[in-house]
Amino acid sequence: MRDLRIGVDVGGTNTDAVVLGAGNRIVASTKQPTSPDVTSGMRAAIETVLAALGADRERVGRVMLGTTHATNAILERRRLGRVAVVRLGAPSSTAVPPLESWPEDLADAAVVAATVLPGGNYVDGREISPLDEEGLRRFLGSVAGRADAVAITAVFSPGSSGQEARAAEIAAEELGPDLPVSLSHEIGALGLLERENATVLNAALHRVARHVHDALTEVLRGLDVARYFAQNDGTLMAADYAARYPILTIGSGPANSIRGAAYLSGLADAVVIDVGGTSTDLGVLTGGFPRVSAAGVEIGGVRTNFRMPDILSVALGGGTVIDGRTAGATSVGYRIGTQALVFGGRTPTLTDACVAAGRAKVGTHSAPDELAAVLRDTDERIADAVDRMSLGKTGLPLVVVGGGGFLVPDGLPGVREIIRPERGDVANAVGAAIALVSGSIETIVPAGNGRRAALDAAGAAARDRAVQAGADPSAVEIVEVAEIPLSYLPEPALRVQVKAAGALAEVP
Amino acid sequence: MVEGAALSAGRALREFGDVPLVTLEDLPQDGIVLPLGHIGAPTVSHEMLPSGREAELIRDTVERMLGRPVVAVMASEIGGGNGVEPLGLAARLGVPLVDADAMGRAFPEVQMVSTYVAGKDPGLVLLADVQGSVAALWPVDGLWSEQLARALCVAMGSTALMADYVMSAGELLGAVIEGTVTQAISIGRALEDAAAASETAVAALQATLGAVALLTGKVADVERRTGGGFVRGSVIIDGVGDCRGRRLQIEIQNENLVAIEDGQVKASVPDLIAIVDSQTADAVSTESLRYGQRVTVLAWPCAPLWRTPAGLRTAGPAAFGYDIPYVPVELAHA
Repeated sequence: MRDLRIGVDVGGTNTDAVVLGAGNRIVASTKQPTSPDVTSGMRAAIETVLAALGADRERVGRVMLGTTHATNAILERRRLGRVAVVRLGAPSSTAVPPLESWPEDLADAAVVAATVLPGGNYVDGREISPLDEEGLRRFLGSVAGRADAVAITAVFSPGSSGQEARAAEIAAEELGPDLPVSLSHEIGALGLLERENATVLNAALHRVARHVHDALTEVLRGLDVARYFAQNDGTLMAADYAARYPILTIGSGPANSIRGAAYLSGLADAVVIDVGGTSTDLGVLTGGFPRVSAAGVEIGGVRTNFRMPDILSVALGGGTVIDGRTAGATSVGYRIGTQALVFGGRTPTLTDACVAAGRAKVGTHSAPDELAAVLRDTDERIADAVDRMSLGKTGLPLVVVGGGGFLVPDGLPGVREIIRPERGDVANAVGAAIALVSGSIETIVPAGNGRRAALDAAGAAARDRAVQAGADPSAVEIVEVAEIPLSYLPEPALRVQVKAAGALAEVP
Repeated sequence: MVEGAALSAGRALREFGDVPLVTLEDLPQDGIVLPLGHIGAPTVSHEMLPSGREAELIRDTVERMLGRPVVAVMASEIGGGNGVEPLGLAARLGVPLVDADAMGRAFPEVQMVSTYVAGKDPGLVLLADVQGSVAALWPVDGLWSEQLARALCVAMGSTALMADYVMSAGELLGAVIEGTVTQAISIGRALEDAAAASETAVAALQATLGAVALLTGKVADVERRTGGGFVRGSVIIDGVGDCRGRRLQIEIQNENLVAIEDGQVKASVPDLIAIVDSQTADAVSTESLRYGQRVTVLAWPCAPLWRTPAGLRTAGPAAFGYDIPYVPVELAHA
């Protein structure tokens, strides 16, 4: 029986792993320091819980990994593949060439050459130019042997993907079928430069994905385990799918934490507050998924149109240093166990204030009563942050997780109920282990006649993507449809975003 | 949209050099000024970027048709990407940028310009597309200019660079809203200074514009519908903090038209109503409005030209189908 699964979450400070059994009961868990190379910390966490399982390790059927490998690779410009960048759209779009806003060192590390070739489509599907197959072959020939991957972005490919697909065939002919090719319509939404940026980053990350894959294989040696990666919307994708779309793993940490907190509390709609040593992150769970932020995010200095979970970070944590009568801007971080007053140190922290106020019972020493006064100010800041995230909806429950959860008072205005689930300390790893699998799509559909059929087609495509990513076909449901009308078009049209999600298919 | 325009303008400035900022009086009075702006769907212009040759094609066509040189570029509207892009276009053409525009804000329809209000004929109207096609029109009036340009724009892929009211510097005198580029720069500078002094961005913006803050709150509802090629709808903003318990409704047609609280009009076109991020003071465009954003609604007086009878006929509440009297925003909040 292979009924156990391992959830792993690589955080900034700790790498957590949990083993869940039947009914998602926590069978084993560990917290290991995150290592600078990320990989050894991940390996240590998995090895620790496997050791705790003993002979039962044979029962592990799945491992779900939420990791920062991709983010770190981009931030540190390490292990990036060299990408040949192709944009199809000339004569349009030549006013702003590819990589225009990229930091120079990142472009140097991740790009071997870039070109803009005739091709692309109009919003209504007409071709801007026929795909310049000759020119594409010439460009690919010039990078043969130097490029590790190809990124192809055609104007309006989210609506008309034919040219990108044809260009991928040509790339396979010119550079061999094994060279990874990233197509923009599979990666991002409308907005040429942001989608192109994300597509190039995705192509550059293939080597990182292979490295993580190899490291996992090594630590799981001898076990027949299906692997999944957490993505930024709080859902999972199968490892072979993640190998093609490594950029989707960026930002999975906050999503895991929100999903895990929700699961541990049994709620589908709630505000989640995760209090760590240095900062407090708030997110919102709506209908079982993290609410996403409206703005696209920057990754390593590059603008993308990725939608990340809507997270509000406040510089308050258990290790925040009390500066006179207020909570300061600095934290003792992981040194709290030696530097805080209640642990025999000499630095007054918010943990000391909570002990003084009777909110926390930790440490070996007492804390002076007057420190408790600082909590009036921090309570107000937390209340304001919760209010901002709840968007005026009163009556939402608040789920408190993280090691510094005692910083959150027992009553807050507008909050119906404060829930502090057991094992909230490993909420993020639990979140990775229990997540659903999803697929999403963005396209343009007519607003009048044909809207229904086009929406159905988009829904079917989103379901397909969820199944490809590892979902059980019979369990996939459409969980989100957003329609945004477009202005100044000949025929009324809508930009449509559809997401489908479902439980993982059975392990064969 | 502004980011894309800023990228292409920045690139043009690096490639072609700096652009002098001039007044109409500084220019040879019989030299031609090109008022330029993109028309079309923002979602389209964000995806199908220009070729970069559009302004040059328009300039060459104008000089051939009118037999006089183009001496400067002007923004048709100072709002959004259209306020930023002409800087790069002037650099590409190697001519100065006029410190003025034809709106002093943004409006959704092409006849809603100061030149129309001042009684000027649209004159020569040109559109250039990404392929390199140029269309030149002599419409009989501003309304026909709007209809013909709209139809051509659709054929061109729903985005095009347009020049209208193409005339000499002397003819444009008194028919444009002067100083708006300088004002835009001073807004940017105020926001930068505020960030450096850790002051609140919204307060700095408000002071620079002489604006009234109508409400600080959260977007509680966004209702959109398309009609006549525009996004129409309304936005509900619920007050937070000092504004808790209050609710403001803003009617939109690509731009923010009327702000209503408790059945009372708090501000309306042609005065300016801006929804800005409460934290950063960044403008939140109609298309990117989403439930839950924390925003502050600012309103401030439009250029005096818009308050004349002709100005109000063109872009007052009635021009957008609202049967309400226009009350200048500073009087409504006196």
